[in-house]
Parts: sequence; C-alpha cells; structure tokens
Amino acid sequence: MTPAKPSTPAKPSIAPAVAASGTGHYPLPIALAGHALPWLAIIAFFFFASGGGYLSFGTTIMIWILFAMSLDLVLGYAGIVTLGHAAYFGFGAYVAGLCSIYLTSDPLIGHAIAIVAAAVLGLVTGALILHTTGVTFLMLSLAIISMMFEFANKAKDITGGDDGLQGMKVGPIFGTFEFNLFGTTAYVYTAVVLFLWFLIAWRLVHSPFGRSLDGIRQNARRMRAIGTPVWWRLLAVYTISAGIAGSAGALSAHSTRFVGLDVLSLLTSGIVTVMLILGGTRKLYGAFVGAVVYSVVQDSTAKISPNFWEFIVGGMLILTVLFLEGGLMDIGRVVRNFIAKIAKRSGVA
Amino acid sequence: MLSFAATILLDGISYGMVLFIISVGLTITMGLMRVANLAHGSFAMIGGYIAGYMTQRGYDFYFALLIAALIPGILGAFAEVTVIRPLYRKGELSQVLLTIGVVFVVTAAVTEIFGAFPYPVKFPDYMTRPIDIWFRTYPGYRLFLIAIGSVIALVLWYIIDHSLYGARLRAAVDNSRMAQAVGMNVNVLFTGTFVVGCALAGLGGAVGAGILSPEPSYALKYVVLFLIIVIVGGEGSFKGSFVAAMALGIIDTVGKYFFTEVAAYLLYAAVFVLLLWRPQGLLPPKSVA
Repeated sequence: MTPAKPSTPAKPSIAPAVAASGTGHYPLPIALAGHALPWLAIIAFFFFASGGGYLSFGTTIMIWILFAMSLDLVLGYAGIVTLGHAAYFGFGAYVAGLCSIYLTSDPLIGHAIAIVAAAVLGLVTGALILHTTGVTFLMLSLAIISMMFEFANKAKDITGGDDGLQGMKVGPIFGTFEFNLFGTTAYVYTAVVLFLWFLIAWRLVHSPFGRSLDGIRQNARRMRAIGTPVWWRLLAVYTISAGIAGSAGALSAHSTRFVGLDVLSLLTSGIVTVMLILGGTRKLYGAFVGAVVYSVVQDSTAKISPNFWEFIVGGMLILTVLFLEGGLMDIGRVVRNFIAKIAKRSGVA
Repeated sequence: MLSFAATILLDGISYGMVLFIISVGLTITMGLMRVANLAHGSFAMIGGYIAGYMTQRGYDFYFALLIAALIPGILGAFAEVTVIRPLYRKGELSQVLLTIGVVFVVTAAVTEIFGAFPYPVKFPDYMTRPIDIWFRTYPGYRLFLIAIGSVIALVLWYIIDHSLYGARLRAAVDNSRMAQAVGMNVNVLFTGTFVVGCALAGLGGAVGAGILSPEPSYALKYVVLFLIIVIVGGEGSFKGSFVAAMALGIIDTVGKYFFTEVAAYLLYAAVFVLLLWRPQGLLPPKSVA
C-alpha cells in the first residue's frame, strides 16, 4: 500500500485537525524529546519504585493508559460517543482469567485469546449498533455493558459473580519470567505491551485510514458523499479498539490474578472516559497524562477521605469540559493564548 | 390466578409511576434542548435524601415531599444557568462528560453528608399498612404511588395538550428554530421546563424511595433506567415516556416474579432489540418521526 495517496482527498477542514493531532509543528529535537518523555518516565519509575511497594501501582496506571488509549481511537479519532467500552476491557479480563483456569497457564496464549475474543465481541456488537448515532448509540452501548454486567453477576458458576474470579494460575512468560511478588515482571510485561500497542495505534491514526476517521468525525455525511465506506471504517476502528481494550483487561487479570465484577461496571467506563478527557483526546499521549493525573489524584485524595476523590474528579471533569476542551495536554496552548491576549490588551492600552 | 396477575400488574404500574415521575422531566429537556443529561438521577437522589432526612426527624410527610421537590428545583435552576447552558452549543460528548462530572460531585457530597448506607424514608403509618381492595389486601404505599402518579400524569397531560404553555412547549420540541423565529423565547421556556423537570425528579425520588431507596450509588445506578424510558419512549415525547415507564415497570416486575435469574438482562436485551428496531423510540415527536 502506498501511503502517498490517501483514500480521502485532503480537504481544508480536515487539515488543521490532523496538524494539531501530530507533533509536526514542533522542531524535530523537541518533538523527539516529547516522544521519549513518557517512555523514559516509565523506565525511570521502574528503577525508583522497585524498592518500595509502588510498582504495582505503576502497572495499574499503565493498564489504564492502554485502556484509555483504546478509547481514544473510538471516541477521540472516530468521534463515537460510547459509555460501554468497559464491556471489552472486562470481557478480555474474564476471558484471560478463564483461560488461565481451564485452558493453559501460559499468559501469552491467554492474552492472545483475550484480544481476539474482545475484538470479535467488538465486531459483533459494533456491527449491530454502529448504524445508530448520538444518544441512541449511547443508550445501546449502555445496554450492552449492563447486560454483560448482569450476566457476569448472575453466572456465578463461570465468573464467580460478586466474589470475582478466583483461582487463576498464571505461569511464567516464555517459560522463564515468573510473575513475582514485587511485580517487576508484570511491570515490564505491561510496559512492553503498552509500547507495542502504542506503535500500532500511532501508525493507525497517522495513516490514510486514520485521516478518514478524522473526516468521519467532522462530517460523516460529506465523507459518505465522497465515497468513504463510513460504516466499515467505523466498524474497523471499533473492532481494533475493542481488541486493545481486551488486551488491557487481560493484562489486568494476569497482573493481579483476579477479575472482579467491577471491570464490567458503568463506573469503569466512566473512569476511563474521565482519564481520556482529562488528558486530552486525539493525541494518544492524552491517555498517558490523564491516567497518571487521575490515578495520583485518586490515590492521594482517598487518603484524606474515602469519597473525596469522587468530588475532585467530578470537579476536574466539569472544569475540563467548560474551560479546557483539549484536556491537560492542551494547557500549554491555552496558557499561551491567554498570555498573548493579555499582552495584546496591555499593548493596545 | 387472576388476582395474582392483577397483583403483578399493580406492582408493575406503581413502579412504572415512580419511573415516570422521575423521567418525565428528562424527556422534555432531552427533546427540547438535545442535552444528554446524565445528571438527572442526581436530582431524584437529592429528593429522596431530603425526604428521608426530614421524615426521620418527625416532619410531616407531605411537607417533606414539598421540600424534596423545591430544593432540587432550585438546584436545577442553578445548574441550568451555570453548567448546562454552556452545553447547548457543545457536542454530545461534552454533555455526557459534564453531567457525569455533576453525578460524581453530587454522589461525593451526599456520601459526605449522609454516609455511605441506604437512607430510608419514613412513610406515614397508613401507607405501610395493607389496604383491602376487593380481591386482596394490597400495600397502601403502592396505591399511593399509583394515585400520585396518575394525578401528575393527568395534570401534565392537560398542561401539555391543552394550554398555551403546552402548545409552545410542543412547538419548541418539534422545531425549536422555527419556534424562535415566530418570536417565542425558547431559552426561558427551557429554563422553566428544566426546573419543573428537576422538581418532579426530586418528588419522584422522594415518593419512590420505598422502591428505589436513596443510596450514594443511586444517581449512577438508576440513570440508565431513566435514560431507557426517555429513549425508548422517544426523546421529547410525553406520551411515549409514560408508555415506556409503564412497560418497563411491568416487564421488570414480571421478570422478577417469573425469571428471577435472567430478569436483569432480559430488560436490557428487550431495550437493545427495540432500539435496533426503532432507533427513534416508540412514539417519537412529529418532527423526528
């Protein structure tokens, strides 16, 4: 495939969004440093935190990052407003968990099966609901996740219901790297998986396919008019995203050796959406910023009062929507514009 | 057998009445201003907590109901002016997120004030007693729900179908731009309707506390039900939401009696299939149909 000729003609309305989603407008060294920063932080955290008990906290955050990144593809790039994305995360977690109990203790095989299973679920449910839009779609996504939650709750023989899935046997990765008590294996494994998915997602959103998603988000009717198979494109990205979410679920199941019912809850869907919005959509790195900020805020405020974090997170969400539409990733630009405005005003006066 | 069927029907209808009182405000706001308001359940929750707080401290039940409607109404006015109004220009995503943010804040505040446990409303004695209706005795509380629900539905039906305000409201739901063009102040109309909707939600949360008990997870747990009623009935359709609320109440009750194991997902499956079949809902307003 030659990437030179995008399947969609470049329209002026798409160009700014594409430019804003890349880092092309920074000088190369700064852009490279920007790209290296999150990964260096992940490596640095490994060495600083492996002494204390915080490594598993880091693993959890990376799993949230991966989950939020998968949501970014659907919600940020394709503009599909869903509240049911935890369905695929939870499904992946349960599949990985059940695999390790009944099939094989090899985490890689379980992980692969979980990804495929979640992607198939995304394909089937997406094919059913993607012809709707707006609030109807939102409702259908809620119906899906509610159905799955109730099923997992009732099918105690399979899922353990309220008590969660117990008795997972997770073997060593490649037969050598045991999941140890300190969580070092889980951390490295999660980081590697996150990096691989990030490369795939980055390639995806900067391909003609990704650009066509940009176009669909902005004007689906026009995209249809110029010959883009809108429904197929949306189904494709929905399926891929479901697979990534399932991968995050499998990582969560393997690293904790436990799957709780709450992986399928509406709250999980809500939290991952909050993370993404907080960090900023359509940047992929927004998921990194959002998941870290959310987790740190939750962890530190929960020490003050068990429900204070909900207050803070809710407040952050309201303020983000009202004043910071691009999320925290956008804060530099907002501040710059603000300073420019002040400077201009004082210059005029 | 017949009396058993009638009991189930009464259970379903009384449950449906609660759902109707709470969600009727939501259907109008979603139909009128196209705001996906996930925070609607919080107003019902606040109403339930206020009623619980006041009745436990010995205030008169009906006075408590009045306050339980009044305070959510005032809060609704405040919320409309501060956070909801900027949302009209924004997309669905912003609306969903901001209203979820409101849910989080309200949930945290309620947990902080009232604690993390269910907070029961103390109903008057004559409601907790079974009352003799010709084929069996039946809880007075459920009969009260059917009565108050019917009264509210009738009043609303009269206002919406037979008053100038109702005509304006219907016009604005069908085509708000046209309504504006002929000189109606749709914004004021909307603020008023939003406040009434929140007050009704508070009232519904208070009277329905015997079925949907006030607890911190209320706002997030039941908002799916309220949204289902609105979407299934057709956004902005008053009659549609009444039909949907009754149907949901009866289906859910039948499910709980006969299919205890699958009841919960039977309901969601029904909604799922119905929305695939009719994405605009059962009885959409004219402009949408």
